[in-house]
Amino acid sequence: MGLATTVLRSKALAALTSPHGVDRYLEQVNPMWAAHEVRARIVDIHREVDVPGHPPVATITLQPTSTWRGHRAGQHVQLGVEVDGARRTTRVFTISSPDSHAGDRFTVTMRANPDGVVSRYLVERARPGTMVHLSQAQGEFVLPDRVPERILFISGGSGITPVMSMLRSLQRRTHRGHVTFLHYAQSPEHQIFADELDEIRRSGHGIDVHLLHPELGDPNLSPAYLERLVPGYRDVATWACGPAPMIEGVQAAYADSDALRVEYFKPPRAATGEAGGTVSFERSGKSADNTGASLLEQAEALGLKPEFGCRMGICFSCVSKKTDGTVRNVLTGEESSLPDEDVRICVSAPVGDCSVDL
Amino acid sequence: MKTNKTTLSDEQLEKFGEEMDAIRQRIIADLGEEDAAYIRKVVKTQRQFEVAGRALMYLPPAWPLAVASLSISKILDNMEIGHNVMHGQYDWMGDPGLNSRMYEWDNVCPSEQWKNSHNYIHHTYTNILGKDRDIGYGILRMDEDQKWHPYYLGNPLYAFALMVFFEWGVALHDLEVENIVAGKRKVSENAALHAGIMRKVKRQALKDYLLFPALTGPLFPLTFTGNAIANLVRNVWAFNIIFCGHFPAGVATFSQEECEDESRGHWYYRQLLGSANITGGKLFHVMTGNLSHQIEHHLFPDLPARRYPEIAVEVREICERYGLQYNTGRLGKQLGSVAKKICRMALPDRKVEERTSAPVAEPVAA
Repeated sequence: MGLATTVLRSKALAALTSPHGVDRYLEQVNPMWAAHEVRARIVDIHREVDVPGHPPVATITLQPTSTWRGHRAGQHVQLGVEVDGARRTTRVFTISSPDSHAGDRFTVTMRANPDGVVSRYLVERARPGTMVHLSQAQGEFVLPDRVPERILFISGGSGITPVMSMLRSLQRRTHRGHVTFLHYAQSPEHQIFADELDEIRRSGHGIDVHLLHPELGDPNLSPAYLERLVPGYRDVATWACGPAPMIEGVQAAYADSDALRVEYFKPPRAATGEAGGTVSFERSGKSADNTGASLLEQAEALGLKPEFGCRMGICFSCVSKKTDGTVRNVLTGEESSLPDEDVRICVSAPVGDCSVDL
Repeated sequence: MKTNKTTLSDEQLEKFGEEMDAIRQRIIADLGEEDAAYIRKVVKTQRQFEVAGRALMYLPPAWPLAVASLSISKILDNMEIGHNVMHGQYDWMGDPGLNSRMYEWDNVCPSEQWKNSHNYIHHTYTNILGKDRDIGYGILRMDEDQKWHPYYLGNPLYAFALMVFFEWGVALHDLEVENIVAGKRKVSENAALHAGIMRKVKRQALKDYLLFPALTGPLFPLTFTGNAIANLVRNVWAFNIIFCGHFPAGVATFSQEECEDESRGHWYYRQLLGSANITGGKLFHVMTGNLSHQIEHHLFPDLPARRYPEIAVEVREICERYGLQYNTGRLGKQLGSVAKKICRMALPDRKVEERTSAPVAEPVAA
């Protein structure tokens, strides 16, 4: 930590800039200056895949502020953009570049999801120079510091991003072991990182690359296929990332093996409120028996369309006013009964009677 | 002053409420880049005045300028930024720096406590005697229906003290000292509040009365005094703007009975008649945090205050159609009216006629 950072984070400066904090002053001078917050400037936007009629995929290169603590391959980051300079919206994206150190540039790779405010903005509208807001890197789905000799990566669709980051890190660390890289995609045209993977396959550094397209006749994921590809695969350190049904298949194939680490963007744990009583949505005048599911799900079951984003309690897009009753935060188990309280309805499940201004 | 009988029928009240709701809907649908750019510009300006004020303290000849800059900074911070951001007027931007749940202002009152007493109690129960603790703040007699007591002979004195120490008055407001004296509240209920206030007071005092003065070395006494004056200027200004928005003659108060099970239309009606505006130029409005449009603020406390002037045009037109009073006037006139009321309330009530003889219903002309 340099002298400037030490001073900027000092208690003395915090006391002098109270109650707003150092960052509220620094940002007025230069958006790349920060003592605590993490922001980044977009330095490059590169289209990875652009198939007409399909959402494009792009890799965005970010120059973070010096407050960025770096990341480990496999981690993700919350990224917030101000669309039209006004409404900040935040989503989670996986980092696609190899391990980074504090302040290093890194990349995120994303598909412009047709319903996604943030991904569409970043892929289709953002320009180099645009500032974005970041969290620190998060997530436990990472490569360990000491990498095992044999490694298997299994990914599906956009789940390739974290394992790609791991593969790139292994190459940079000049890993000398044996790596099998197994990826499932819809069709070859949709393949992200196709050229890079092709080069890796041909370079012969002990990396086996298998790109499979079951819709075009390639074998499906099965224990038999895995056994043929990687004999004794249950004892091989494996990282798997992809859509939930695929991950469930992988988990079944590995039984209870400790060698498997998985990641998928999981929905919040369902039904952790308490069923019973009535849930009322006041503005629309609708109500129903409380099923114990999240307020968002119960609202949707009644045909309402509340605004939502991450559906996992991160982005605050779905914050609504609970006017009466008790809700339980399904992530923390914390209960709250304050009237007129703003709650994230995607992770709040009612306990008994509950009214929401929706 | 109590109006008692609502001059509108239930049906008219409902229509009136719908017209107000329509204004709200239209503004909310229109919020966007301009509003965001505006509040960011105000924040930038406030930060510049603050830094300039702190820096100019090192130049003794520029001391008056330093005090003026710091005063402007504190007024902008507390009024156009703090008060309005903490109302949630900019929550839709999704910016943590301008979010009502996270914003803390340059004032000894902790934002968390202020939001309870102000956003919830005052803005919900506006001008309902016995419910809205902002009527006289538990210290003053500001309405005939507050029972007179010899204590109130000191009304002008208390008001003057409240003006000078306004931020402290606001900070202590949530402790409900008057209810403790009356035996309705226990001192122990305040324990958590005490801790919050002390934390905030320490931080504010540390920077204004120790750190910044100490950083100017031999100029310590000058900087100390300058900071104290800046806080005082903000106190006097905020007090006067707020009193002119709530207490000029003609502003109505309501009884708990007439507000029981009240309709949305009646709530709007009460907000309209329970507030007063101050006329002035654009800069004046910004410096009051647009609370010079107290009527519009009470009607729409969660809409960005920069929209109040444009809303006011419509509200006045609606008032004209429904024959409702729209209380507005120059700063001097409203101040005079408030001062008169503070003095009049110090004395026991006299004849009934006199009590109803001072409405300030300016002819509505947009």
